[in-house]
Amino acid sequence: MSDLPPYPPLDPSNYDLIVVGTGVSESVSAAAASSSGSSVLHLDPNPFYGSHFAALSLPDLTSFLHSNSVSPPPSSPPIPPSNSHELISVDLVHRSLYSSVEISSFDSEILEEHSRRFNVDLCGPRVVFCADESINLMLKSGANNYVEFKSIEASFVGDSSGELRNVPDSRAAIFKSKSLTLLEKNLLMKFFKLVQSQLAKSDDDTTTVKISEEDMESPFVDFLTKMRLPPNIKSIILYAIAMLDYDQDNMETCRHLLKTKEGIDRLALYIKSMGRFSNALGALIYPIYGQGELPQAFCRRAAVKGCVYVLRMPITALLLDKETGGYKGVRLASGQEIFSQKLILDPCINVGLESLSSLTDQQNETLRVLVPKAMINKEKIARGICVIRGSVKSDVSNALIVYPPKSLFPEQLTAIRVLQLGSGLAVCPADMHVLYFSTLCKNDDQGIKALLSAMGNLIRLPVPESDSVVENVTCEAKPLLLWRALYVQELVKGEFGGVISSMPSPDENLNYKETVESAVKLYEQIMGSEELFKEETSLENTTEENEGGVEIDEN
Amino acid sequence: MHGRPRKASKPEDEAASAAKAVKLRSLQSQFMTYHHEKIYTKEAIELSTKLLEINPEAYTAWNYRKLAVEDSLSRIESDPNSVKSILDEELRVVENALKQNFKSYGAWHHRKWVLSKGHSSTGNELKLLDKFQKLDPRNFHAWNYRRFVVELTNRSEQDELQYTDDMINNNFSNYSAWHNRSVLLSSLLANRVDGFIPEKKIPDEYEIVHQAIFTDPDDQSGWFYHLWLLAQTVNVESPLLTSSWPSHGSSVILSGAGCLIGSPFNVITFCSETGSVPLILYFDQAVGGVSSLTVTIDSELKGNENLVWEPISNKSSQVSCVWVARLKYLISEPCESKEYKVKVRLGNSPGIISSRGFNFSTPYEFVFTAHVHDTAKDSQERIVSWTDGFELWNAQSKDLNSLATSDQLNAGIDLKWRQAAIDSEIECFRLLADSKIGKLTLARLLMASEAMMSDAVVKGVHYEEILQLYNDLMALDSSHHHYYKDEHSVAFLHKVTSSSESLSRYLFRYRGMNNLVCLRLNKLSLSRIASVEKLLFVQMLDLSHNELHSTEGLEAMQLLSCLNLSHNRIRNFSALDSLRHVKQLKVLDVSHNHIGKHSVDTTRYLCSSPLSNSDWSQDDVRRQNPGLVTKYWDAYFVLRDLNLKQLDIAGNEIAGDEFNSFVLQVVPKLVWLNGQKPGN
Repeated sequence: MSDLPPYPPLDPSNYDLIVVGTGVSESVSAAAASSSGSSVLHLDPNPFYGSHFAALSLPDLTSFLHSNSVSPPPSSPPIPPSNSHELISVDLVHRSLYSSVEISSFDSEILEEHSRRFNVDLCGPRVVFCADESINLMLKSGANNYVEFKSIEASFVGDSSGELRNVPDSRAAIFKSKSLTLLEKNLLMKFFKLVQSQLAKSDDDTTTVKISEEDMESPFVDFLTKMRLPPNIKSIILYAIAMLDYDQDNMETCRHLLKTKEGIDRLALYIKSMGRFSNALGALIYPIYGQGELPQAFCRRAAVKGCVYVLRMPITALLLDKETGGYKGVRLASGQEIFSQKLILDPCINVGLESLSSLTDQQNETLRVLVPKAMINKEKIARGICVIRGSVKSDVSNALIVYPPKSLFPEQLTAIRVLQLGSGLAVCPADMHVLYFSTLCKNDDQGIKALLSAMGNLIRLPVPESDSVVENVTCEAKPLLLWRALYVQELVKGEFGGVISSMPSPDENLNYKETVESAVKLYEQIMGSEELFKEETSLENTTEENEGGVEIDEN
Repeated sequence: MHGRPRKASKPEDEAASAAKAVKLRSLQSQFMTYHHEKIYTKEAIELSTKLLEINPEAYTAWNYRKLAVEDSLSRIESDPNSVKSILDEELRVVENALKQNFKSYGAWHHRKWVLSKGHSSTGNELKLLDKFQKLDPRNFHAWNYRRFVVELTNRSEQDELQYTDDMINNNFSNYSAWHNRSVLLSSLLANRVDGFIPEKKIPDEYEIVHQAIFTDPDDQSGWFYHLWLLAQTVNVESPLLTSSWPSHGSSVILSGAGCLIGSPFNVITFCSETGSVPLILYFDQAVGGVSSLTVTIDSELKGNENLVWEPISNKSSQVSCVWVARLKYLISEPCESKEYKVKVRLGNSPGIISSRGFNFSTPYEFVFTAHVHDTAKDSQERIVSWTDGFELWNAQSKDLNSLATSDQLNAGIDLKWRQAAIDSEIECFRLLADSKIGKLTLARLLMASEAMMSDAVVKGVHYEEILQLYNDLMALDSSHHHYYKDEHSVAFLHKVTSSSESLSRYLFRYRGMNNLVCLRLNKLSLSRIASVEKLLFVQMLDLSHNELHSTEGLEAMQLLSCLNLSHNRIRNFSALDSLRHVKQLKVLDVSHNHIGKHSVDTTRYLCSSPLSNSDWSQDDVRRQNPGLVTKYWDAYFVLRDLNLKQLDIAGNEIAGDEFNSFVLQVVPKLVWLNGQKPGN
């Protein structure tokens, strides 16, 4: 960090809250706190907004992944907690979220030419559901004024045959579907209606068919079977609408067996998303310029409300009260010491183990959320990004593809999700597409293997001339791979620690529902149970007509 | 626009609408002043614009604008640009009015009126419609106007069909789109436009509507379209002769009034005082133009060159499924029985035309033998009993075949694709047979399939299933019980008449009189009469102990002389109206019905009332007993036209001394009333 330009000291140096990291959860907290009148300092060690939710150019993404995949050696020899003044300073270490990072370029020339025209997500594949809690928060906070969305046009279910079948997720889609039989259409629509009547029910209304309490507590997959839904439809509902990860039919490997109640909630979110905005094509939307726009929108909202922003500014140490062991402030990389009542940290910030040993119990208690946890037997998420020439499905640019468990190969334990995005979303140059892949895994090898299998199903790898003759026939229609990144990300939960709290890493989900819900919960714990953005009313929305855009509007 | 719950209005809304009303009222009165004084100044026209933009339903204001437009057009002397600007202003006003209320009839009419003046470009109209139809895809005003614009711009029907495709794909719950589709397809199919051949297109349409019906069986729009498709599959354009009496190759014995001793058992004997026998033609759809010009009779029986053909219809219209002529055979001097061949030919010269305008185009002829006998002495005085004297029909297929009428159906029709379509529909809807509408559709399809079957071996296989389906429906859906019950009766009667074997179980000979052919369909809980076209030969009919409300359909049975309707649900004599056409009817039993039970009877108002009848005042009975005729007018009109010898009305509320004496005045020739000779 020696190349940092000299930074003018911050003034003031005392805040109600310091937030480090500009991921979605941190940004929501910063915006909420500043809108409720607290003084907030929002820091990020990176030169961009979004932290692990950022959208970056290909070179930036590459260097970010590399630098976050190995624990950097301590910048300076570990200093024992210093005893200057009345404060103890505890050094912080950076924890790496990513492993098995492998980045390959197959056409460097073209990519170099366009390298700055990419906005590639770190946390992909990720979309926003129209009825998502994140949309509600944006509307409540007014952050919606800074983001524009477009619809994901289609969603598909794939299998090893390479065929992509439309997900029949609405009445019109069921009507149009070519892959369902008449009887399947009938059963599926009946099921949707049951779910809808369940959602619309009032407790004193006994006339409509309701799902019994017993069924609500039973596994969702059993309930679907009971509704006489054939296996192909069950799989569509479970993995392409309810967006489950684990194989619900395999008790041994399924780490999360969904109950009917939860399943209905997931379908409800999807169904509500379908009809929420009249100009959205379906349930899913995506922010133009990438997911990084979302945290940035909250940051801009926070800045309007007086939050102070400093990028490229890591913190190096925490300052504790010598007497009580309580939190006092942080030391910035610039050397300045800043004080606050409370502190919210990015999931990557930990306390070095060697520092811990010399601390008192009280001090340890203060730092409890920053103690590295053992990562045994925890699932990780394997992510992949491909830049391709052409599209995996003609006539469709922005699309979601789901490979349910066992659909690609027999040992596939979890669903693989793929999101294709096009230049209409300003994430890549025209005639190219960015593809995001993800799947949960127990270890890196398993996850990478699953992703490669899905990639092989959709994309043509550039092969040496000699081999191409054999492959040519079958691969002709598939788009060509230009660039690829593979990495495995750890899943870190957020933790409330009283004065110091730690925010979660990007989760395994396709949407922000759980991320935002947990951020709201954490915020309420940290700041007392105030309601977020209570007095915000978004100004009269200027409804501009943008081609194919989705106006997020309260209606 | 659809499926939105109505909300109770809030007090502030009501206050706002009251304020609006005040403003509107003052506008309106000012406007009326201008209108009455024929003031068409700029200011006056602007006032009407204001009024219409608030209330597009102000029809007078639209008419005022039409006058104003005519006025200004007359003054500018055909400068095309000024004409255009005047008319464009009208289009703009209409558009604003429609934005306020796009279900305003007046606004849409005004737009049509402006466009019909010419001068305006029609290019924008479809774009405007797209906008309105996006807001409410089912809005029938927009669809109506769309058809108008399409006609005006000569847009092709194929393009419009594609448009209905798109609308249905967006949301198939769109009655207007399906309806427009049926209109367009009818036209395209009728004109045999490229590739629009029924046997190709109809199955494709079934495939499309299946997607809608199976996706959401609770949505009615698809079912309506399916019903239309079924009609296109079943209905044949040109009319055909379904049956006739006498049928081809049959023999009948004709004699004068009275009882013929020792009439042969297997031949129909027909006795008549007037010496004429009805010839009955039964068509598959209502036709007109049946006359001695279009139907020719070759016969040695004299005096039948110019037969008068009468349509048998309750409505006094000139189209009917059933046509009757009376063939004279009366022999003045006694002679030995003699045989005559009678040949009836129809369709050789054009003139028989269905009510939808299609010609009876397949010539047909039938020949029968008439044995004319001497008049018998013994005239009918004995009471007809419904309990004794019946002999089961000797179930020999030969005898029956001569009665059972050969029909012209299936002649020269492209049945193959129709049968194939119905068969695949049946297979398809068996999958949906757990819903009410699924069951009903399956039953209808199976009936259609039976109607098309010509192979005697498989004919009738579906009836058990159909009857079961209607039984299930009656149990499942009590609010439509009567409809299902009627359909059940229809299916049951189709089943009975589907083969000689099944029919023979209900056929008897009545020894009491000329070995009359008697059909006994008693105690079958029938609520409706059907399959009459196959029962034209029946002379005596026992329908007692059923649930009939009316005799509708029996009018075709011109040979019927005895009818038992006791223990049914007849509520008044108007329900027997169709019997007025059955001139042979001598014996009628309507005992134990509900006649007179219901003081307010809605069906009475559907019939011709005494006041609307022109010839009734010249009647003796009316002159002598005006009070009774007014009281019993429905009985009066029916009984007056019948030639009854025996009548039973006991067990009805209406029956009593007063009514009995009234009946005897109306029918003085009555021999038996309620089982007794009057006057005894």
